[in-house]
Amino acid sequence: MTPALLKLRGVSVVLGGGKRLLRRPVPPVRAVSDVSLDVRRGEVFGLVGESGCGKTTLGRTVLGLQRESAGEILLEGKRVSSLPPHAARRARAAIHYVHQDAAASLDPWWSVGHAVEEALIVNGVRDAAQRRSRVEQVLAAVGLDPASHRRYPHELSGGQLRRVALARILVLEPRLIVLDEPTSGLDVSVQATVLNLLLELRARLGLTYLFISHDLSVVQRLCDRVAIMYLGRVVELADAAQAFAQPLHPYTRALLAAAPSLEKQARIAGALIGDPPSAARIPPGCAFAPRCPHVQPACREQEQVLQEATPRHFVACRRWRELS
Amino acid sequence: MSEDILTVAGLRVSIGGDEGRAKVLDHVSFALPRGHILGVVGESGCGKSTLIRTLLGILPSTARIDAGEIRFDGMDLLAMGERQLNRSIRGSRIGFIPQDPYLALNPLFKVGTQLLEIMRWHAGGNPAAHRARLIGLLRRVQLPDAESALDRYPHQFSGGQRQRLLIAAALACSPALVVADEPTTALDVTTQQQILDLLRELVAELGISMLFVTHDLGVVAQLCDALCIIYAGQSVEIGATAEVLARPLHPYTSALLACHPERTAGFAGIPGAVPSPLRPPPGCRYWPRCPQARPACRARPAHLVTAAPDRDVDCILFEPGV
Ligand SMILES: Nc1ncnc2c1ncn2[C@@H]1O[C@H](COP(=O)(O)OP(=O)(O)OP(=O)(O)O)[C@@H](O)[C@H]1O
Ligand SMILES: Nc1ncnc2c1ncn2[C@@H]1O[C@H](COP(=O)(O)OP(=O)(O)OP(=O)(O)O)[C@@H](O)[C@H]1O
Ligand SMILES: [Mg+2]
Ligand SMILES: [Mg+2]
Repeated sequence: MTPALLKLRGVSVVLGGGKRLLRRPVPPVRAVSDVSLDVRRGEVFGLVGESGCGKTTLGRTVLGLQRESAGEILLEGKRVSSLPPHAARRARAAIHYVHQDAAASLDPWWSVGHAVEEALIVNGVRDAAQRRSRVEQVLAAVGLDPASHRRYPHELSGGQLRRVALARILVLEPRLIVLDEPTSGLDVSVQATVLNLLLELRARLGLTYLFISHDLSVVQRLCDRVAIMYLGRVVELADAAQAFAQPLHPYTRALLAAAPSLEKQARIAGALIGDPPSAARIPPGCAFAPRCPHVQPACREQEQVLQEATPRHFVACRRWRELS
Repeated sequence: MSEDILTVAGLRVSIGGDEGRAKVLDHVSFALPRGHILGVVGESGCGKSTLIRTLLGILPSTARIDAGEIRFDGMDLLAMGERQLNRSIRGSRIGFIPQDPYLALNPLFKVGTQLLEIMRWHAGGNPAAHRARLIGLLRRVQLPDAESALDRYPHQFSGGQRQRLLIAAALACSPALVVADEPTTALDVTTQQQILDLLRELVAELGISMLFVTHDLGVVAQLCDALCIIYAGQSVEIGATAEVLARPLHPYTSALLACHPERTAGFAGIPGAVPSPLRPPPGCRYWPRCPQARPACRARPAHLVTAAPDRDVDCILFEPGV
């Protein structure tokens, strides 16, 4: 088995909760709760889950932009957690991040070429001619026309901005890239170009991706393994093919059923019911219990942890055996 | 009252820049019947957001409307002054859900302050009633902790939660038309499904009409009554959703559908790239990528022809007598 590039052991992240004078305190939010997973060298590891379930927070924590409240993070076998913020980010310099929101990650006053080149300058590429040719290559690689290096963010469409943000990270040739919703806002045709590029770069440069996405059709086709999150916890983890063919957790099933289809009649009965959870008030026991169609009283009492249901397929549900 | 709430005819818009004028929209036409949802679909960069900015009168200063007409509820929008647009149309009669939830909210102010300000400006009147209505809408878009949401700052929400804040804000002033620019791209499928159901419900309940911009044909299939496919700034096919998805006529529509994950394994794109609006090909903008192109395509000025009942197509193959 290929060794783990990144290992998370019981990672939890609590956000907010600060009290400020004359302001109503925002309750602390346990955005990530006891997450353990391994990302293996060279794989595409998918992270899927409902809006607000803590995917971005987990990605930022892996990068060292957000401090973990508990747990351990290992990069190539070395411990990189429990460090002061600066040291944490430095220890994780091999990890880069493609922001969920492309526009917010680009400076409006910098042309596209400048933004991409700046990334190279910061990372110590001295030779100007070399920089220019790398910028040109990477812009072409993400499917932007060469003239676009002179344009400014406001002159580009949403999908074009997304490709610039991607180019800026790819040009650095990092080892692990956290991609936060890299295909949202892209039509299927451009999406195919970007995904083929990611696969090609992985093969050529030996990259590893942590791929955060809510587009299940992309995750299914791109990822080697996938973790499904619900309210800050991983509820199912398996090879992607296995998770999509035989989902074990009721939440995963609901998720797969909700993907919009071209056939209108394919509309599902299994839509998730009930209020979405608030990360500030996590229910006791299994966090999915209040919305689960198969809930039993015992589900509300015991917290569920991941268990290996079948080889390499983990699920956090006490009823998985009866339900499958 | 006319039966179309919105009609766009022969719209051409260009935007000036360092490298010359980009002809971003080059003949867009469609009609949105009252109470309907029209999907506007097209590849990234084809001009969807520009179309919306034109409707709302928020184009950049270097942009120019070169031709065309936009009628909203019988009024000529392009003939209206900035003041009139601002005060009586934008926000109050036409609600807008922007593509980018990060840029639309000011990070320095509480969400409630910003959204209530918009309502005060457009709807006037009672702040307490506005607050109650907004919280009710936030609940309906499934935002957790709707009551305390107004006291939080934008960065305290996830990407998808911000998007839902803006959906609620657009509906808050009871507009007649809602223009939505990819409002569900930041949402996971379960939340997206709930929001699509909600939008459908609200459209029926409040008698709203909606222009829904997206690149996701699956979403269109679930939500929209009709769709308008745009390619490189030209409206190329318009018809009832189910009909178009089942029997696409324009070669571009066929190609787009063929790349849909439900209809292909692997990742297949349409060969070639969307032409730059700075140097568009002459005639039909799709011919350089079209498997059925013929020499006459390069000289054909853009215009829609009725190819079947309730179906307009901008393609030489459907020209009468061809
Ligand atoms: N600074 C903060 N203070 C308090 N709560 C926060 C803060 N940032 C995020 N949250 C909350 O933490 C939870 C997780 O947020 P996160 O951005 O990680 O979600 P996500 O899974 O990336 O969602 P999306 O798919 O919508 O982007 C959300 O409920 C959010 O409201
Ligand atoms: N201010 C500007 N100056 C020059 N070109 C511009 C300007 N704004 C937009 N464009 C160009 O116009 C075209 C259409 O942009 P628009 O934002 O309308 O696309 P879109 O269909 O919304 O794409 P997406 O799905 O990626 O959001 C793009 O090629 C873009 O680069
Ligand atoms: Mg996120
Ligand atoms: Mg756009």
